[in-house]
Amino acid sequence: MFSVLTKRIIPCLDVDRGRVVKGIHFLNLRDAGDPVEVARRYEADGADELVFLDITASHEDREIMLDIVRRVSEQVFMPFTVGGGIRTVEDAARLIQAGAEKVSINTAAVKNPSLITDIARRFGSCATVVNIDPRRVRKVSSALSAKGAEDEKEAAPDQEVVWEVFINGGRTPTGLEAVAWAKRVQELGAGEIVLTSMDADGTKNGYDLEMIEAVARAVSIPVVASGGAGHPQHLVDAFRVGADAALAASIFHYNEFSIPVTKRYLAEHGVPVRL
Amino acid sequence: MIRIIDYGMGNLRSVQKALERLGYASEITSDPDSVANADRIVLPGVGAFGDAMVKLSSLNLIEPIKNHVLRGRPFLGICLGLQLLFDESEENGIHQGLSLLRGRVISFQPNLGIKVPHMGWNALRVVRPCPLFAEVPSGAFVYFVHSFYAVPGRREIVAAEADYPTPFAAAIHSENVFATQFHPEKSQEVGLRILRNFVERC
Repeated sequence: MFSVLTKRIIPCLDVDRGRVVKGIHFLNLRDAGDPVEVARRYEADGADELVFLDITASHEDREIMLDIVRRVSEQVFMPFTVGGGIRTVEDAARLIQAGAEKVSINTAAVKNPSLITDIARRFGSCATVVNIDPRRVRKVSSALSAKGAEDEKEAAPDQEVVWEVFINGGRTPTGLEAVAWAKRVQELGAGEIVLTSMDADGTKNGYDLEMIEAVARAVSIPVVASGGAGHPQHLVDAFRVGADAALAASIFHYNEFSIPVTKRYLAEHGVPVRL
Repeated sequence: MIRIIDYGMGNLRSVQKALERLGYASEITSDPDSVANADRIVLPGVGAFGDAMVKLSSLNLIEPIKNHVLRGRPFLGICLGLQLLFDESEENGIHQGLSLLRGRVISFQPNLGIKVPHMGWNALRVVRPCPLFAEVPSGAFVYFVHSFYAVPGRREIVAAEADYPTPFAAAIHSENVFATQFHPEKSQEVGLRILRNFVERC
């Protein structure tokens, strides 16, 4: 018998002040239940990991997330990652000590890249996840750069599409190119990248395969495909281009395709999964 | 009393809660005396090998851990807790370990076409009878998250293997010393069975 590392199926739970919500393009949030109950259901369904993304705006309310992490770790015996609002090593430490296997950082990693190294030094690369949220933008060629982005249509023939990293929930451009930033976070000590296409997120039209392939080829750490899953075939596609795990929210949350149905579909299409 | 050693290296609570689910009370401690008179010790841990040894040393925990093992009491190491049992690790330079078992800890090589860390669910291949795996079928999936793995001096102490892509030691059993490179406390029903076996059969 030869064993194979299976591809991971990861439901993502956006949590706002203690309740699971899912954003469509990060707007129009809908309530989908209690995080502990949802986590238990996903464990029973055979999810391989869970991601909790704390989207709570105010700093004071972040204590609620810590309480949820404690409650989940009392009842759910599977790995889970917590992200959202982590700005210091101490923020990360509290979540890991409360029971999280991994923590993920996004905006704070861009603003303060040494945070990646600091968390990795204390808890290991294995516990250090960086979320990268790129959007396709037209890179204005040097000859046209003075004209800026306003003249997009006119300048189109000379423009090359690149993936620019956005922060603050997809609102703020950073000027960083996604593949280069992915390599950089690996050098800084990240042990995993969650790559969420801001263009595909919420569309259910499939992951940004071109981007996943480019990033997965550029780094030697695991890459989690995120943003755009609407059908199990989209996960098959993501694994074929090199993703190590696939993250999805609404297709699981609203039971459009359950985890067992999705995993059977993947197995039938030659993807190694834990059944 | 089962004592879980707290040396500041990560998530100890999950192990305690898993034992609690099985009906076993345990205590998280960094007190050398508590460790010295424990019936069973669990040494979990994530993070860097060198830092872990520094912390164990500064908390005066190395002697009580070694004495516990040498007196034949049951010991369970998890992840970094497995690696620390060996002579040395090559993580960030060469660091000395507890030397309770012969062997060294080395890194997976990404040039074999694999992603490092080895992260996710892989199948166990139980390679010799071990009470830790009673009623755990070979091929059961367990959760791994690690970049380094142990290469024991004596192959006979390898109780279970997994492949990534070549075989490595997924679990160790040498007399009263048990250790898993995977995380039983994060491996759902299979993991809970393994923890139950440690308490009831090891």
